Amino acid sequence: MKLTELIQKLNLSVRSAKMHLDREVAGGYASDLLSDVLANSKEGDLWITLQIHQNIVGVASMKDLAGIILVNNREPEPETLEKAEIEKLPIMVTEMPTFELVGRLYSLGIVGTK
Amino acid sequence: MRKVRADLHLHTCLSPCADNLMQTAAIIEQAKKAGLDMIGICDHNSAENVSVLMKAGKRRGLAVIPGVEVTSREEVHILGLFNTEQDLMRLQDIIYENLPGQNDEEAFGPQLIIDEYGSVVGKNPRLLIGATTLTLEQIIDAIHQFAGLAVASHIDRQRFSLIGQLGFIPKGLKLDAVEVSVPSSVRQEYDYPVVTSSDAHFLEDIGKNSTCFMVEDASVQEISKALRCELGRMVVIN
Repeated sequence: MKLTELIQKLNLSVRSAKMHLDREVAGGYASDLLSDVLANSKEGDLWITLQIHQNIVGVASMKDLAGIILVNNREPEPETLEKAEIEKLPIMVTEMPTFELVGRLYSLGIVGTK
Repeated sequence: MRKVRADLHLHTCLSPCADNLMQTAAIIEQAKKAGLDMIGICDHNSAENVSVLMKAGKRRGLAVIPGVEVTSREEVHILGLFNTEQDLMRLQDIIYENLPGQNDEEAFGPQLIIDEYGSVVGKNPRLLIGATTLTLEQIIDAIHQFAGLAVASHIDRQRFSLIGQLGFIPKGLKLDAVEVSVPSSVRQEYDYPVVTSSDAHFLEDIGKNSTCFMVEDASVQEISKALRCELGRMVVIN
């Protein structure tokens, strides 16, 4: 499924890279430990986290993730947004907590890679 | 006894997230300008710029404490401050054995190793921004094994801090002190001595927060006594 479609179906607010949302989402990964995401996420994954620090952009671009969704109404820090624009990495926000969001994604056919 | 003003937590251009201008002479001069008597060099998971800073500090009459900021498997930052560079290097060996990954300069920034004159002489290839596979307790024990002081970094911040990551300070943790980044947080009650430092990643932030110690000389041994209020030594937060 394309990122644009997920954004619409889950009513996500896009905070960065608004011109780069037509990427195919391969799967999902939910974690708040950056080292865990570095070790276990897969290319094309959508990453669900509550971390808002600029290092999330570094992790996502290193692993070539499809985008990041921040849960619980958490907003990315200004440096995070700046870096995400440069890296053309979509960051979305939602009021949903992780459990709810992952459940909705799963029911839309986005599964954990493996 | 004299008053020693210390900023015990500075980064250099070795830390991927620090400014590339965080180089030898610039750091020392900025620290002098900020009225500091003592600085701690604590890069992320590496200490490869400590030696040149110590030499440069010695020439300019500024005490440079060899240190490192270690990332635990819980992604909590812990400072290790040492008496000697040799002790620190033994901890660095343990860190390197337990730090997976290679840096991606595009994603996280360059990790510059510099000489005394600020020339870049190499780059650290490791993923210094990453986490070690060591637990908090293992890191604190290793720091103590080499006679260092273990200080929990910026516990008043949400990210990469003991309280931010775990929600509380685990009982019985053998910390020598906790660090806060906003001086007003000092008034909060902790079970540990409190220091405040800048965690500077940019030159202009050096000395923005500092801690004063009443000690005999500017050394880790004396700081250690001050933290424990031994023999008239003490911490004077300002």
